[in-house]
Amino acid sequence: MEKAKIQWGMTIDLDLCIGCQACTLACKQENNISFVSQKQAKMGRIIEWNQVIHTVKGEVPYTKLRFLPRLCNHCEQPACTKVCPVGATYKNPEGLVAQIYTRCIGCRFCTVACPYTARYFNWYTPEWPEEMKKSLNPDVYVRTKGVAEKCTFCSQRIRAAKDKAKDEERELRDGDVVPACVEICPTKARLFGNLADSESRVAKLSRSPRAFRLLAHLGTQPKVIYLSERAWNESE
Amino acid sequence: MSQNNEFPSDDSALIDPILKTGRWYYISVACLFCIVAWGIFSWGYQIRNGLGVTGMNRPIFWGIYIANFVFFIGISHAGTLISAILRVTGAEWRKPVTRCAEAITVFALVVGPINVIIDLGRVDRMMNILPFVKWGRFQSPLLWDVCCITAYLIGSVTFLYLPLIPDIAMLRDKINKRRWLYKTLALGWTGSPRQKKVLETLMSIMTILIIPVAVSVHTVVAWVFAMTIQPMWHSTIFGPYFVIGAIFSGIASLIIAMAILRKALHLEEYLKPIHFNYLGVLLLTMCLLWFYFTFAEYLTTFYGAEPEHMEVFYAKLGGEFTPFFIVMIVTCFIIPFIFLAPRKLRTITGTVIASISINIGMWLERFLIIAPTLSRPRLDYGGHGIYHPTWVEISIFAGEIATLCLLYFIFIKIFPIISIWELKKHDKEEEITVKEKPAEALS
Repeated sequence: MEKAKIQWGMTIDLDLCIGCQACTLACKQENNISFVSQKQAKMGRIIEWNQVIHTVKGEVPYTKLRFLPRLCNHCEQPACTKVCPVGATYKNPEGLVAQIYTRCIGCRFCTVACPYTARYFNWYTPEWPEEMKKSLNPDVYVRTKGVAEKCTFCSQRIRAAKDKAKDEERELRDGDVVPACVEICPTKARLFGNLADSESRVAKLSRSPRAFRLLAHLGTQPKVIYLSERAWNESE
Repeated sequence: MSQNNEFPSDDSALIDPILKTGRWYYISVACLFCIVAWGIFSWGYQIRNGLGVTGMNRPIFWGIYIANFVFFIGISHAGTLISAILRVTGAEWRKPVTRCAEAITVFALVVGPINVIIDLGRVDRMMNILPFVKWGRFQSPLLWDVCCITAYLIGSVTFLYLPLIPDIAMLRDKINKRRWLYKTLALGWTGSPRQKKVLETLMSIMTILIIPVAVSVHTVVAWVFAMTIQPMWHSTIFGPYFVIGAIFSGIASLIIAMAILRKALHLEEYLKPIHFNYLGVLLLTMCLLWFYFTFAEYLTTFYGAEPEHMEVFYAKLGGEFTPFFIVMIVTCFIIPFIFLAPRKLRTITGTVIASISINIGMWLERFLIIAPTLSRPRLDYGGHGIYHPTWVEISIFAGEIATLCLLYFIFIKIFPIISIWELKKHDKEEEITVKEKPAEALS
């Protein structure tokens, strides 16, 4: 089999992450993610394609606070696409785990199967405050109630970057595609690029001794690679 | 000892329910109908507003709808075991019991899969799961469910219908009601030797065929969970564990149905204490098997002690699900064991108490398989999933139970619930074999 030319991937440097959650907000804005009331959020109905998980370990005063931005890992061996009864989620040739909202029947098998709980469900019809409605991103589909959704690696930006490169009659360059979360990160903890190109910045970082993948023992082979001096979930 | 083969020669008690309808029947049907209507209203409310009206959330994406699905599919295993296995082994005492059981199978199989449809976020796109014509993919365990349940439904309708034919023909000749219906369904049955031979051949084929189909149904229901990699779902024991659980709750449902029919239709001459005793012994066997499987499952998890699995384990034994777990052990094992093990307590009352207890416990068992695992995702984000079912979910559950009862009530008005011709068919050969059956030794 011919080796894929493009395999999109992301690196997140946990040693640089300050837990500001700007990525979560940028993602919400970019991808038309709906708002939920505080009551609904408490019930667990909040949608955050990018979620910053913070863990506090240890006893006061020796506590350690760690941040872990969690998004869809776009696994090489996804647990979610396997179980979808209608092929509404699938792995595309560029390694993205994509979701066809118009085909999804809302059985939530994928949301249950994902070991990272990275998938979300539209319990109600998505809603925005009146003043926010004008800022909806025209490049991103607005979901209906009853379908699953998750991070797409800003596939609309990938498409736009490809179009631009085509207009300028050149190949896609490293750094052409910048997802919203990568763009906004104040400490430049995130990078996005082509893992199949061994010279790209993400590929280089993925070979770093600091690199690890989330729940790697499950064999899902995530394409989101974390960098950290210490284990993110050290127990002491 | 062939007391269970002695039935009244006059079978008016079996035909009476079809001819005469009492006041209580109308009252119960009206009540059931109201509950069903309320359930349908709740479903409509849910479709209109979205699944947000339930208590489900992230990470507890599946709630009591899926528990109900497994529960009703479990009940549907009543018919197969009693009819098919007892037919295969030639246990003659099964004769007055089989049709009650087969009818439960068919109606539970109608109600069960509806839960999955109710659980869909986009019911309008339900048909997307059709393979070939739409996007259905056999790779997904949900498609396995669709195939196996469809096969089982067709099989069990056939299995119920075939031995009904001679009785329908009898009704066609004897009574004046609904002649067009009986005439059509009797398929011109005259009881000629050739017809009898064909019927018997078909029954033998169906009896053998239905057993693997039934086993496959509950196995693939289990595999919906076991095929994922979630803690305490990803287990090889799940297939057989679910099959045992299904037969367990199936027999329990049968005993409850039989006790009600016996009282309501005055079938004391047909459904005798000995039938409850035999079924009680079967129930006890399943009870012990269920306990063995549960014990094996929990001990393996505990001894292996993988942290992510232990999170789920301690949610059930020491966490917020503990009260349910204790009730499950009491209702699925302790109460049934007390009432089923001693011969003295294995009476009609005793088996009915055990059966009601088992059905409560087995529903909890299904709930305890689904919710705790989902409440403890592998990536701990600083809290646990909390799930409180809402009035919508509870109303729909009530509506489903009422639907099952209503279908059963309608069935007994149209067809005799006890196979009349099979009771009469009683040749010498059978008399001899009955004495050799191990079941006889139990009485």
